[in-house]
Amino acid sequence: MRKFYVGIAALSTAVMLSLSPAQAQGTIKIGLIMSYSGQFADLGTMMDTAVKLYVKEHGDTIAGKKIEFIRKDSGAAGSAPDVAKRLAQELIVRDKVDIIAGFSLTPDAFATADVLNESKKAAVIMNAATATITTRSPFFVRTSLPLPAAMGSLATWATKNGIKQAYTMVTDYGPGIDSETAFHGAFKAGGGTIVGSVRFPVVSPDFSAFVQRAKDSKSEAIFIFVPGGTQPAALGKALAEHGITPKTTKILSSGELTNDEPLKSMGDAAEGIISGWHYSWTHKSANNEKFVKGFKEMLGGRNPDQFSVSAYDGMHVIYEALKKTNGNTDGVAFIAATKGLTWESPRGPVSIDPETRDIVQTIYLRRVEKVNGMLQNVEFDKLEKVKDPVKVVMKAEGKLNPDGTVKQ
Amino acid sequence: MIAQHVSLLFDGFAYGMLLFVLSVGLSVTLGMMNFVNLAHGSFAMIGGYVTVTLMRNVGWSFFATLPVAFLAAAAASIVLERVLYRRMYRATDLDQSLLTIGIVFMSIAIAAYVFGTTQQPVQLPEYLRGRVIVGEFSFGVYRLFLTAAALVITGVMVAGLEYTRFGAQVRACVDNQRMARGLGLNVDRVFMITFALGSGLAGLGGALAIEVVGLDPNFGLAYLVFMLIVVAVGGLASIRGAFLTAALLGIIDILSKYYVPQVGSFILYLVMVGFLVWRPAGLFARR
Repeated sequence: MRKFYVGIAALSTAVMLSLSPAQAQGTIKIGLIMSYSGQFADLGTMMDTAVKLYVKEHGDTIAGKKIEFIRKDSGAAGSAPDVAKRLAQELIVRDKVDIIAGFSLTPDAFATADVLNESKKAAVIMNAATATITTRSPFFVRTSLPLPAAMGSLATWATKNGIKQAYTMVTDYGPGIDSETAFHGAFKAGGGTIVGSVRFPVVSPDFSAFVQRAKDSKSEAIFIFVPGGTQPAALGKALAEHGITPKTTKILSSGELTNDEPLKSMGDAAEGIISGWHYSWTHKSANNEKFVKGFKEMLGGRNPDQFSVSAYDGMHVIYEALKKTNGNTDGVAFIAATKGLTWESPRGPVSIDPETRDIVQTIYLRRVEKVNGMLQNVEFDKLEKVKDPVKVVMKAEGKLNPDGTVKQ
Repeated sequence: MIAQHVSLLFDGFAYGMLLFVLSVGLSVTLGMMNFVNLAHGSFAMIGGYVTVTLMRNVGWSFFATLPVAFLAAAAASIVLERVLYRRMYRATDLDQSLLTIGIVFMSIAIAAYVFGTTQQPVQLPEYLRGRVIVGEFSFGVYRLFLTAAALVITGVMVAGLEYTRFGAQVRACVDNQRMARGLGLNVDRVFMITFALGSGLAGLGGALAIEVVGLDPNFGLAYLVFMLIVVAVGGLASIRGAFLTAALLGIIDILSKYYVPQVGSFILYLVMVGFLVWRPAGLFARR
């Protein structure tokens, strides 16, 4: 009998020994840091649903290894970026994740750069859109959008189409200032005049003072950037209420203002708003139709938005890079494998710039129009293969290292 | 030029009215009953979701949903009052804060679970949108409506609390519970009704506010600071105080954001600090 017990013990030890390294080798852990709660909770919903959709469509094994997710809530982190940093540390040290992904907001991504540099783990930015984030660490790769690419394109288009004056309104934080700088730069370069500008706080229950300023400038055009979440609808309504509609003033904006919910809130007053952006669910392509259909099934009939498509493409980059490295998640090897990736996204053709690790994509110019009684963004022009203009300038001025990080 | 200033003053006043409808219920529960009810915004959120759901899914008109928003928030508060709040009336401020902030977080999670994290767009009827133009002045229709609603609420509340038997009972119970009980008043019941009234007003305020500020699960927390400012600066227990303070703060906020947008959003807080240093009990405190 005693022999039997010893035998069992020996056997189970052997089984454990043989299993545990195999298991460690057999999984790839991805840590997702997103806003699942707070003012920007909806970004988390849209991004996470897209991640789940991608896994559902493409399976959860790559190179014989199972993909496993650990989700962390960065909360209302616009105000507390140190939360994202702490979460990244926890993910790497305690949960031993191989890759980090997500980043709903710019401050979260900035705060995490140091952690990546020390741990040499790769991170895929699925939303945070401030241009210079990718210059802070050679382990960042981005699948969303460097904002200046879209806002610069919009300004250039405006000046080419006879708009001479603009007043700009942006949210007072990284991406807002980025958008303002890009718009001002490209608009002036095209011969336009900026007649004034205003920045409003991230939390702002009433926009009437800012809207009144814009109105009093009597500018021919108004440019607007607001982050997703609660603000676009509130600002849209304030504009309509003060009689600023595309009928009286040209309204140029980023894509947030013309997502589904703000359009529903604004109603017909939104008809004619022009936006420069990388994605709308109405984009016409077979790829996108499939994506929209799959997404709607997963999220109770809601259409995907820019946050969803960026997260979906982020998963694509993770899967393709891991295929190339045969499951090796080492930061250096993984990032090398992402460089130059080119694919057909639901938003159109995209690629990862090998020099900056940032996405290169088509920027569409869209006008809000009524299609079958429903307000939608209708694409009417596009600029292809748009790179981040900020990093193009930085590179020309010799401020970038060969790995795309900023020289100290 | 004059038209522009009039329009600014009006926007500020109307913004104040928005703050007022959101916080008048709090000046009942926190102000009169002395209960640190940080979950006030959550009751407001109930009203908001009731209005949105009835308008969108059942097709009710906006006006018809308002009483229901009031009643739904009041009903929810009676349940919470019976189960939780009444045990805490004599607890310390810290205990009350912890309980109610916990309720706020639970309400956020419940709303996100039931309604999703998305913004809830509402489309008001045509006659509540746009602007009316009077000579060279023009005013937002919804803001006029908000102002009217705030005036009606103030009138009804002041009349109800100061000139009715029930109002006298409420004041008696709040001022001296033991004496009121000794005189045969059912303090327990009066408190329950008063609390329901405050929460119902929150629900109504939430329903009225969503057109301007939008609605998502974070509503209960997002505007809490503004509600507390109005009640603290106005002086506890004063409906008229809350009204005047809200109007004053709204105008100051809008003017400062218009003229000095670089620091505009700080000025409201500076003014608050200044007022509280000058009159710690609030501008219109009775005691």
